Amino acid sequence: MNADVVLLATGGSNFTSLQAAIERLGARCRQSHDPEQIRAATHVVLPGVGSAGAAMQAITAQNLAPLIRSLSQPVLGICLGMQILFSHSEESDVDTLGLIPGRVRRLPNADGIRIPHMGWNAINAVRDDALLAGVTGQDFYFVHTYAADDSEATLARCTHGQAFPAVVRSGNVYGVQFHPERSGPQGSRLLANFLGITA
Amino acid sequence: MLKKRIIACLDVANGRVVKGVRFRDHDDVGDILELAARYSAQGIDELVFYDILASTAQRGVAPDWVAKVARRIDIPFCVAGGIRSLAQAEQVLAAGADKISINTPALENPQLITTLADRFGSQCVVVGIDSLQDADGQWRVRSHTGNPDTTRERGLGTLEWIGEVQHRGAGEIVLNCMASDGTRDGFDLAQLSAARACCTVPLIASGGAGCAQHFSEVFIHCDVDGALAAGIFHRNLVSIPALKQELAQQGIAIRL
Repeated sequence: MNADVVLLATGGSNFTSLQAAIERLGARCRQSHDPEQIRAATHVVLPGVGSAGAAMQAITAQNLAPLIRSLSQPVLGICLGMQILFSHSEESDVDTLGLIPGRVRRLPNADGIRIPHMGWNAINAVRDDALLAGVTGQDFYFVHTYAADDSEATLARCTHGQAFPAVVRSGNVYGVQFHPERSGPQGSRLLANFLGITA
Repeated sequence: MLKKRIIACLDVANGRVVKGVRFRDHDDVGDILELAARYSAQGIDELVFYDILASTAQRGVAPDWVAKVARRIDIPFCVAGGIRSLAQAEQVLAAGADKISINTPALENPQLITTLADRFGSQCVVVGIDSLQDADGQWRVRSHTGNPDTTRERGLGTLEWIGEVQHRGAGEIVLNCMASDGTRDGFDLAQLSAARACCTVPLIASGGAGCAQHFSEVFIHCDVDGALAAGIFHRNLVSIPALKQELAQQGIAIRL
C-alpha cells in the first residue's frame, strides 16, 4: 500500500494505536501539524480523544482550521475527530470546523441506556460507499458521550437508545464515531477501505 | 444493540502478569504482550491491566509496556495502578491506552476524577472500587488492596461512593467484590444488583467468575455492561470463544 498518511497532531489523542493500526496495513504514517506535510499526504486523519473544546483550542492555536477546510485528499475524522467536522458541539458549547452541516449533542439518558456509550455495537449502512465495503452489520468499538445529528451525510447508523450517525461522508471528508484502530479485524478492514480511496 | 463485554484482567507486577487468590499469593502466569495478543485473537472484548504494586509502592505505571501493548493489539484496553496526577494519566493515554482506571488515588483525592474527566472526557476515566461486606452487613470500600498488609478500610459505603464518583465525572465503574475474588464461586449478585440500581454509567462486574453460567447470571440478574475475569482465562479453565458462543445461545447480546 502506497498511502502516506498524516495524523493531525491536535494534542491529547491516542496516536500510538492509530499509527500502529495504519502501519500494520503497510502504509506510511506520521504525526504532524506542519502545513506542507499535511498538504502532501495522500490521506489525512483527525484522531480523537479528549473534549471538543480542547481539540478546537489546539487546532486554533496552530491555525489549522483553514488548512483542513482546503484539503482535497481523503480526510477521516475518528470519534471526536468526526464530531469536530460538524458546525457546533454541545460539549464545551464550541463552534467546530463546519465541514459537514449539523450539530453534535449529548446522547440522552434513558432507562437501561448508559452514557457514555461504551463498547461494541453494530453499524448498519444507509448508503453504499467504498468505505463500508465488507463491514456493514459488523460490531465496532464505540466510546463517546456526544453524537452528531442525522443528516444527508450519514452513511451508516448505530443505535444506542436512539439511532445516530456512525459513519458520515461529505465529499472527500469522512467521519466514523467508533474507533477503527480498536475494532479488531473489522476496524482494520475499514481503515484499509479508507486508504484505498484516492483523491 | 450494544453488546455485553467480556473483559480479561491482567494483574501486572514487576513487568509480568500474575494472579492471586483474594488479592494474595501471586503466581507468575506469563508475559504481558503474549497474553494480550492471545486474548485478542480469541475474541476478548477488552483488556484491563492492573499494575497491582503501583499504588502501594507509591509510584506510577511504567509506560514502556503500555506503548508495546497499544502497538500489538487492536482491541481497547484500560490501564490501572498508581495514576494519581493529570500528568501520569496523560502519559498513559499518550502511550496508547484507551482508558485509565483509578482506585486508591480517587479515594485519597476525589477531585482527581473531575480533573481527569474535564481534561480527557468522562469516557476515558474509569473508577475501580474494591468493596467488602462488613460484619454489620454494609458494603464498604477498601484502598491500597495490592498488598493485604496495606489494605485500608475507609469508613465509606460502597453505594455512596458509586454515587459520588459518577457525580464527579467517572465514565465507567469496575466493582471488585473482594470476598468473591479468585474463589470461582460466582459473581456477588446481591452487591452488583445494588450497585446497578444506583449506577447510570457502564458498570463492570469483577470477582468470582468460575464458569460460563456465572457470566450469564451476572448479565441477566444484574444487567451489568461487562464482566471481568482473570484466573479462569489465564489457566484455560474457560475458553473465551466457547464462553461467548454459550452466552449468545442464551440470547445475551455478545460480539462473536
